[in-house]
Amino acid sequence: MTSLTRTAVATSTTGRGGATPSRPHRARRALGRTIPLIPAIVMVAIFLLGPVIEAFYGSFTNMALTGAAAQNTTFVGFQNYVQLFQSPDFLQSVWLTILFVVGSAIIGQNVLGLALAMLMRAGNKVLTGVVGTLVITAWVVPEVVGAFCAYAFFNGGGTLNAVLSIVGLKGPDWLYVLPMVSVILANVWRGTAFSMMVYSAAITEVPEEITESAELDGASGWKRLIYITIPMIRRSISTNLMLTTLQTLSVFGLIYIMTAGGPGTASSTLPVLAYQEAFKFSQLGLGTAIAVVMLIIGAVFSVIYIRALKPEVD
Amino acid sequence: MKLSSPSGRGLKIVSNTVLVIIGLCFLLPLLWLLVASFDGTANLTLKLPAPFTIDNFTSVLTPSLAFGPLWNSVVISFGCAIITIVIAVLAAYPLSRYRMRINKPFMYGILFGTCLPITAMMVPVYNLFVSLNLLDSIWGTVLFMAATSLPMAIWMMKNFMDSVPITLEEAAWTDGSSMMSTLTRIVVPLMRPGLAVVFIFVFVQAWGNFFIPFVLLLSPNNMPASVSIYQFFGQYGAVAYGKLAAFSLIYSVPVLALYVVTSRFLGGGSALAGAVKG
Repeated sequence: MTSLTRTAVATSTTGRGGATPSRPHRARRALGRTIPLIPAIVMVAIFLLGPVIEAFYGSFTNMALTGAAAQNTTFVGFQNYVQLFQSPDFLQSVWLTILFVVGSAIIGQNVLGLALAMLMRAGNKVLTGVVGTLVITAWVVPEVVGAFCAYAFFNGGGTLNAVLSIVGLKGPDWLYVLPMVSVILANVWRGTAFSMMVYSAAITEVPEEITESAELDGASGWKRLIYITIPMIRRSISTNLMLTTLQTLSVFGLIYIMTAGGPGTASSTLPVLAYQEAFKFSQLGLGTAIAVVMLIIGAVFSVIYIRALKPEVD
Repeated sequence: MKLSSPSGRGLKIVSNTVLVIIGLCFLLPLLWLLVASFDGTANLTLKLPAPFTIDNFTSVLTPSLAFGPLWNSVVISFGCAIITIVIAVLAAYPLSRYRMRINKPFMYGILFGTCLPITAMMVPVYNLFVSLNLLDSIWGTVLFMAATSLPMAIWMMKNFMDSVPITLEEAAWTDGSSMMSTLTRIVVPLMRPGLAVVFIFVFVQAWGNFFIPFVLLLSPNNMPASVSIYQFFGQYGAVAYGKLAAFSLIYSVPVLALYVVTSRFLGGGSALAGAVKG
């Protein structure tokens, strides 16, 4: 039977509706081949697809963890969304999330990652190795540990203020005065390694002759960067932008451990707000509505990203 | 960027200076952790240990403080990685070897799944776990974490499998061996490095995951190290920075070690980054 399979593979790839095996036979064989996919499909359906569908449904109900609504959940239509879009906390949270993603992923990690990748080509080999290891270590350590390091660094009695006091400046408690700046910088610190590695790999693929000939033509370093390197690695740039955006959109632990969304709600990005609404204030419906908004934002970015990767699937 | 060019020397000095500054910024937070763990009177500032001691480690390394949570982390991460690998290998085989009508929608679904912001889903997932009565169950948590790492694992696994030549399998097919035995006897042994990369990738993610166990597990006995370090910080944080640093360091060692293994023998972190680079 299996030797037959092999030839059938060849024919089925060349022409559809070829006369080879009979229809029921083909159907049975196709079914046999999909069996190994079943465990994956079941897992994804139960644990990923199920909750997503449930989220869309649940966001239209008044479900709660405790109280009367916990007993009998009723359909409330768009009430959660109306409440959500009228809530100043939510609107502020959307703004903070945009700030966090643009500041730490799109600008911070990508620009610093590209800068490091460029600098490392020009820099001293030993120094490059040491700096590369440090950047990657910050990325490899578990999220909780990274968050503590950042917490200690930005705390009022932390290392940052100790460094500032050397030059005679007295810094505030950064986590309290500038919570968003602190978590944005912390996320740059934690995530730049990924962009650095992607861009390092991309830059090595830029043919050396092109940069050299541009240099002979008198193009300065900046011009070579803007007119040659960046256009040549633009595919890596767009892919990396999407990936870092998606990763940053769902950062929870780093912010929650550093500031717990505070002071007040001054650093509650959407994941933190959803957690607080659902588990602290028992507003599951509201928390689910925030989850749906995040899923939609994520889906929009995913679609753009997948369009860019289309050739690899086909 | 030839160093022999006229601007080469100046460029090199500037590059090195900037690299030193960036390196220091990345070093200082990490250095605090290392130094504080050996400091008898650690606070939040980077300072020389006074007195230099390993007491922090000895007082943290007790069954109730570190060993229990670390063991839970081991169970969760291994469980998650093994389940993910088995399911991903099974799924990747037909996707890689046969041209089926389901391939394209399936791969698009997988790619979409890799982009799903898991954090956004924790509220509905909590509801699901309540209704399945899986809340506070380690195995329920393991299954969910395996499901979240499956899309990326299948994607990577299919790419690794595509690069295994098909000729050996053809021989096995003509000898009449079944799909399953071809997969386990020929394909899997040939892609051991790929399996190792995916295994480490999933293991490291599960080891470091904070949010999923934080939401889905309740009793302290079930908590992995990520959550119990956070709770330890909440309870004793203000007084025991040295112990906190020591615990964090012990907890980080396995992933740091795995990273070194990957970069030495399996083509490096860039192999992990490359797998998702596109």
